[in-house]
Amino acid sequence: MAKKTGEAEVRPVVSILGTPVKCFYGPEDLTDFDYKEKLNDPGEYPFTRGVYSTMYRSSLWTMRQYSGQSTSDSTNERFKYLLKNGQTGLSLAFDLPTQIGLDSDMPLAEDDVGKLGVAVDSLEDFERIFDGIALDQISTSFTINATAPIILAMYVLVAEKQGVEPKRLRGTIQNDILKEYIARGTWIFPPEPSIKLVGDLVEYCNREIPRFNAISVSGTHILEYGANTVQAVALAISIAEVYIREVLKRGSHIDEIAPLFSFHLPIGGRDFNFFEDIARLRGARRYWAKLMKEKYGAKDKRSLQFRFSTGGMGGGLTAEQPLNNITRASIYAMAAVFSGTRSLNLACFDEVYAIPSDLAIRTSLRVQQILANETGVADVVDPLGGSYYVEKLTDEMEAKIGEIIGKIESDGGIVKLIESGAIQRELARQSYAIQKRISSGEKVLVGVNKFKVKEEERDLEVYKTDPETINRQLQRLKAVKESRDRQKVENALQELESAAGRGDNLIPYLFEPLTAKATVGEIIDTLKKVYGTFKEPTTV
Amino acid sequence: METEKTIRILIAKIGLDGHDVGAKVLIFWLRDQGMEVIYTGLRQSVEQVVEVALQEAVDVIGVSILSGSHLSIAKKLMKRIRERDLDDVLVIFGGTIPKDDVAVLKSAGVHGVFPSHSKLEEISAFIKRNVKHGGGEEKCP
Repeated sequence: MAKKTGEAEVRPVVSILGTPVKCFYGPEDLTDFDYKEKLNDPGEYPFTRGVYSTMYRSSLWTMRQYSGQSTSDSTNERFKYLLKNGQTGLSLAFDLPTQIGLDSDMPLAEDDVGKLGVAVDSLEDFERIFDGIALDQISTSFTINATAPIILAMYVLVAEKQGVEPKRLRGTIQNDILKEYIARGTWIFPPEPSIKLVGDLVEYCNREIPRFNAISVSGTHILEYGANTVQAVALAISIAEVYIREVLKRGSHIDEIAPLFSFHLPIGGRDFNFFEDIARLRGARRYWAKLMKEKYGAKDKRSLQFRFSTGGMGGGLTAEQPLNNITRASIYAMAAVFSGTRSLNLACFDEVYAIPSDLAIRTSLRVQQILANETGVADVVDPLGGSYYVEKLTDEMEAKIGEIIGKIESDGGIVKLIESGAIQRELARQSYAIQKRISSGEKVLVGVNKFKVKEEERDLEVYKTDPETINRQLQRLKAVKESRDRQKVENALQELESAAGRGDNLIPYLFEPLTAKATVGEIIDTLKKVYGTFKEPTTV
Repeated sequence: METEKTIRILIAKIGLDGHDVGAKVLIFWLRDQGMEVIYTGLRQSVEQVVEVALQEAVDVIGVSILSGSHLSIAKKLMKRIRERDLDDVLVIFGGTIPKDDVAVLKSAGVHGVFPSHSKLEEISAFIKRNVKHGGGEEKCP
């Protein structure tokens, strides 16, 4: 199939799959192409072109910027600022102690209180975050994993206080612990009881909060850790299957639980390739639809729909000439829209330095608004559908996703690979390989290894955490502890411990301790007595 | 370097930050440069790290922090290093570190600061240039 290239020299290009990329594609690349089987219309099986028929013509993607400030009141302020500026969904980030179940006054917590997000020690902090925000009017996304059951229980309690029934709550809770062992490190318990807790939350949402996405399986962190764009999607699906099996074994039917699963997948990053990124998400939609139908016997259309939000990745952004990052993020955003994302969170141009400033967050939001309102890219569903190149790539990506997942299964499954550290080792190695390609200049990064400027100015206004944060948080925590009935707390925690020992679904047992003002740290310490803690494998 | 002694390095994650791929990439690089590198794993306290540094007689402590807690951790670490008479150990910090904080870290006694996106070559060159000779178990009083 060699094409005449004339006298001009042709630059060789290799895809992320390792295959050579041709100069152009044509009908010969899509032999046996059956529209109904491969694509079908948007909103129809196998959903290659999109999960809904009208997509952005009916409603735009949710424009969500990750946010969460040091304390509950500053987070509340930021939320109100974003809502006023036209943001349509809230996204809450938590500080590390909250993510790994430490109170602000516990050893090892002090340096991280209020640093990467809001500090939540008790229900009172949570009430303050959503003060004056009607929970039936918004959807909220929570980036929380190991302590997700506690955070969800708090949200239900705050809603109750506002008179909002659980079944009217909308949002997404990340609740994806397995990728924490691989990439982000906010694990607490060993994998087995952690998977059990993921299942508890999914089961509970299915029963009580059906409009809430009980899980958002995330490929974004795995990508940042060194996975390539296809691996990130394949690993996320492989992890999702672990959770699905966990809930299925409790007697749920696949059509009850699969619709509660959503994915948060990377777009952009160090391996970004506009068409490959799009094709792999189209391929993933087809892979998932077939997987659910053929392997799990799903019948409900919603089980077959691979619904995902996308995160425009910070890993591809550079410290050098930071305004270039706005351009990069704009192109990531466009790829996300062409992929049919349902929601988009875009990394901000100053994220290399610190958590984003107001200006940077607003700019990321404006990028999305410009795309939606000024460019026409949101007018037609799956505008790349039918492109010889994109369809060929989509086929290859779908096959690769299946191949990666098959290899994981034959190696003993993702949990085993995580426990032994094998997967972490492989990805860290890959990350090193990419880094070396950047260092050598083989992989071009504008402003870093090509088109550099001398005397780089890096004076950005960066957001600073208020140094008084920790003191304020400690005072509040102290006040909470002084104002509560110690015996009531003890009893509620005792109940929780017994329930954990019996293997019951734990969510219903969290309301009592929280109402009695037990802290996140106390609840987690109680559960550690039953579940133990994870021991990190050696990976380097 | 006139000495052939292998440089021994401890790469540490202090605090709760779980982003360790940058640390691991650096470990691979330093090993490829012929250095001996020990990794602490996640969630270490300042005290634990300094004790390992003592036991392993390292020449360099490299701390990776992406959570924004580098200033307070650096102050505690440098204090502990002085208390344990490890003044000869070269201390470097890396991670998400704003420009203004580089000088603050240096005035706290940190020798080298390498914000995210620093070049691996720069880090290894800095270590080779600044590591104290005769470090490790042969350290002079």
